[in-house]
Amino acid sequence: MGGRDPNVVLLDENGKRSDGRTVNETRKVTIKAGVLKNANGSAYIEFGENKILAGIYGPRDVHPKHLSNPDTGILRCRYHMSPFSVGERKNPAPSRREVEISKVIKEALEPAVILDQFPRTVVDIFLEILQADGGTRCAALAAASVALADAGIPMRDMVSACAAGKVADTVILDVNNEEDQAGQADMPMGYMPNLKKITLLQLDGVLTPEEYKKCVEVGIDGCNQVYEIQKKALEEKYFSKGDQ
Amino acid sequence: MGHNSVIDQLKKNQIVDLLNEGNRLDGRKFDEHRSLTIDTNVIPKAEGSARARLGDTEVVAGVKVQVEKPFPDTGDKGMLICTAEILPIAHPSVETGPPGPPVVELARVVDRGIRESGMIDMKKLVLVENKAVIGIFSDNSVTDHDGNLFDACSYASTAAILSSKIPKYEIKDEVPVLVEGEFTETPITTIPVSVTMARIGEHIVVDPNSDEWMIMDARITITTNSDGNIVALQKGGSDGFTYEQLVKCSEISISVGSKIREIIKQSTQGN
Repeated sequence: MGGRDPNVVLLDENGKRSDGRTVNETRKVTIKAGVLKNANGSAYIEFGENKILAGIYGPRDVHPKHLSNPDTGILRCRYHMSPFSVGERKNPAPSRREVEISKVIKEALEPAVILDQFPRTVVDIFLEILQADGGTRCAALAAASVALADAGIPMRDMVSACAAGKVADTVILDVNNEEDQAGQADMPMGYMPNLKKITLLQLDGVLTPEEYKKCVEVGIDGCNQVYEIQKKALEEKYFSKGDQ
Repeated sequence: MGHNSVIDQLKKNQIVDLLNEGNRLDGRKFDEHRSLTIDTNVIPKAEGSARARLGDTEVVAGVKVQVEKPFPDTGDKGMLICTAEILPIAHPSVETGPPGPPVVELARVVDRGIRESGMIDMKKLVLVENKAVIGIFSDNSVTDHDGNLFDACSYASTAAILSSKIPKYEIKDEVPVLVEGEFTETPITTIPVSVTMARIGEHIVVDPNSDEWMIMDARITITTNSDGNIVALQKGGSDGFTYEQLVKCSEISISVGSKIREIIKQSTQGN
């Protein structure tokens, strides 16, 4: 997504990246909980240049009915990019990439939610990528967790998310679009910070076994940083003014 | 294949009990893959082909090679597209129609493993820069389904590509013209091998069959190249992994991957 500039310096001699960050620094992340009126829970995240809305509907009746499970509620997830979210207009029909990302995000959240009190229902997660700049699946996952908590869905833990990667033979935290296009590896991660479980993990790009371990460690560290911001978003909505 | 029935729960208990004693339902060791046999050139009309049997899972992969117009931003590289389809003859639960999320994921994971390894030197597949490149299409048809389609499709595609030949083209006035009956070698740089592992309770088992697949907590597919580096990874399933489990899985993927790479090499020799 987006062009690549072959002359871009991904890591300069002072250890600064193309957008001025150090190797283990995330982009600026802000999250606001409860931004939609109609949704049962919602969140808006800005993760660097990424802008994403997350909305939760449910638990509610399942349509089509045959998908419902008499033993537990089910989770459904739609990750969708707006046509104007990227450089060249994206066809609004769901691509195979979006189908796959929807699935991995759903599977990253399933270990966290407790839905057996809501048999035959569905909790729908809608993730709309309004602007994309690399790392949208992680940002969307982080927003989805806050929105689920905002909707009052029982959860074992928050799911936090951040990517690690490799540029200029160096392991870095939170790969942006430029680094993803020109870099050597991208490893998005979803993580439950209290249960210490990795629930989303993908990788493309070549890593030695040592770099792989380092990437997972760096990714966990990034997830822990994002977790603090997720908690703050919920605190701001529910504890700051003393209402609700 | 899906909803938990009483039978599934009983089977799960049996599998977990066995794992706790150090055994698997079909008698394999935890890090032992099922028997893998690969025949190449099974479809002579394709430019490359292979039939892979991993236990009772069977996949036929065919490689078609044709001239394509490159994508605007990659006019200096050839094209590679891997797909996967589960045929209705493979299992009673398979429905025809547009692919659902699991099949989309299957195809994309197989594609990613081969693509990210750089198995094929794409720069050598350019006929006329920005105008005409060689496209390599590796299509997997699952004909029998006993779990772990990720690895079976990946091995079939890899073997099919290794056995493939690229038709020769001559360039006349910037237009590629086919030279009948002449072929060049496919430019191979490395052999990617995916290894899929299931986590069942605290146990990690390699190459889960369909019984294990149905009851597993989570799975991970790690693809390594000939140098023993990790080139692609996909976690799936409704639970997670600890850091320690992920490190263990990467070690298993490298050691099991090198064994499977030898089988693929031997099966495709003499092509």
